[in-house]
Amino acid sequence: MTVTQDRVVVEERPATPIDTSGRAAGAAVDHQTQRAPSRLRSRMTALAFGALGIGVVVGLWAIVAATLAPDLPTPIDGWNALLDLLASPFSAGGPTDQGIALQLGTSLGRVLRGFGWAVVVGVPLGLFIGANRRAWQTANPVVQLLRPVSPLAWFPIGLVVLQDAPGAAVFVIFITALWPIVLNTAAGAASVPADQRNVARVFRFGRVAYVRHVLVPNAMPSIVTGLRVSMGIAWMVIVAVEMLSGGSGIGFFVWDSYNAGNVANVIAAIILIGLVGVVLDMLFMKLGKRYQTEGVTP
Amino acid sequence: MSLEVRNVWKTFGARRGSAEQQVLRGLNLAVGGGEFISLIGHSGCGKSTLLNVIAGLLETDDGEVLLDGSAVQGPGPDRAVVFQNYSLLPRLSLFANVREAARSTRAKSERARADERSERYLRAVGLWEHRNKRPHEVSGGMQQRTAVARAFAVEPRILLLDEPFGALDALTRARLQGELTELWQNESSTETVVMVTHGIEEAIYLADRIVVMGNAPGPSIVEEIPVPLPRPRDRKTMIDDPVYRATYERLMDVLSAEDVRRN
Repeated sequence: MTVTQDRVVVEERPATPIDTSGRAAGAAVDHQTQRAPSRLRSRMTALAFGALGIGVVVGLWAIVAATLAPDLPTPIDGWNALLDLLASPFSAGGPTDQGIALQLGTSLGRVLRGFGWAVVVGVPLGLFIGANRRAWQTANPVVQLLRPVSPLAWFPIGLVVLQDAPGAAVFVIFITALWPIVLNTAAGAASVPADQRNVARVFRFGRVAYVRHVLVPNAMPSIVTGLRVSMGIAWMVIVAVEMLSGGSGIGFFVWDSYNAGNVANVIAAIILIGLVGVVLDMLFMKLGKRYQTEGVTP
Repeated sequence: MSLEVRNVWKTFGARRGSAEQQVLRGLNLAVGGGEFISLIGHSGCGKSTLLNVIAGLLETDDGEVLLDGSAVQGPGPDRAVVFQNYSLLPRLSLFANVREAARSTRAKSERARADERSERYLRAVGLWEHRNKRPHEVSGGMQQRTAVARAFAVEPRILLLDEPFGALDALTRARLQGELTELWQNESSTETVVMVTHGIEEAIYLADRIVVMGNAPGPSIVEEIPVPLPRPRDRKTMIDDPVYRATYERLMDVLSAEDVRRN
């Protein structure tokens, strides 16, 4: 089957060459056009090895569950729990009996709110301290001191200030997302090439024109990197912070399932959390690619 | 607009692996209104530094640059620069690159006039059809033409060119040299041009006077060679002109002597 498909592809390629007129990343495209017939095969190979990796982990898990840890659910238990959870994802029994999609949605909403605030605060702040040496010198000690602190340490502060556990969770996400955004944005803003700064000086750009046409475009790839990094960490931290805040969200669900002795649900939740994380990361990667290809000046 | 560089000193601090460098050593240069000057010399002689000092991008250690008698404090609307590596803003279209420069620091009421000028100069360099493209979508020659249009659109009194055509192929370079002369002489109010170049023919073809610069520890300006060729100049017939030949030989002699002295 694969072989015949490959053959068809081989015959088609010379008649309809892949679009080489575009200005897309030259070397990589050439490489692909030359190797076009084997592209499908290499993709299949990649998939096979990916499946192998998952298989190995599931196999080890089965062995551990069968020998070392009899309390650990087997892969089959985990799979069944996952199917069970996905059978009624939107059921809303009581405040603590929410479908898995609702729990994930609650967590995602908190992450997006905290992340949104971090963008609103972090990007302008990063641009400012990246473009201004004195501002950098002022902000740097504070940032360096607070950056290595686990965001969870801010949870009590959030509780005291906001008097509200879910609000405090959002606040923790805000703190989590803030540092990568500020630091990456500042690094991008500080790396405006000298010739572009000279253009702005010679042609006497005003502040607004400088920010709009020179500073932000140059910082954009770094900003997107910062967003991607902080979103990844935020999604990790939300699980932990919801174990503290309780009541709702996927982190609460994990902790609640453990307390109810339902470890199979914990495993199912881990898989779903991972999947959502992958989707989030892919979205930001796409955004990043757009800015990278547009920003290129040969 | 007259330009006077008076006893300018500029030293670059020692960096790792290299000692302190006295790049400009008490340099004096007077450029009359309407004059086209070529600055030529071996690498490291400070010709780009001098251009940046005139542009106001670099401060002098001592001495001053005077425009019509008043000292330069920084970049100003009376001077525009065409940079060596085009230096267009990558996210803006060719037209927006010209327009933003033409508009900047001008009152909102003058915007229409600035946009008009942008169009005029972009047309003059033959890029009006390509106005909506981004810099990375066009050739190096087109990018540099845009940079030339941008400089003229500011309507500077003095135009400063830093090896503007160095990275272009010979045919494109020749065409751009022609366009530049045309714009300077017939299409704009720009009077004075100072150009840094590595090209001996380019220096002679474009300039009224060639300023040969030398490396430390000798004097900054080794020699000034006038180019008494009438304008408009024809590239093809010019090379048979005995004045051209004499200028060429003299320039070669000075540069070779400087080369020998340097090593």
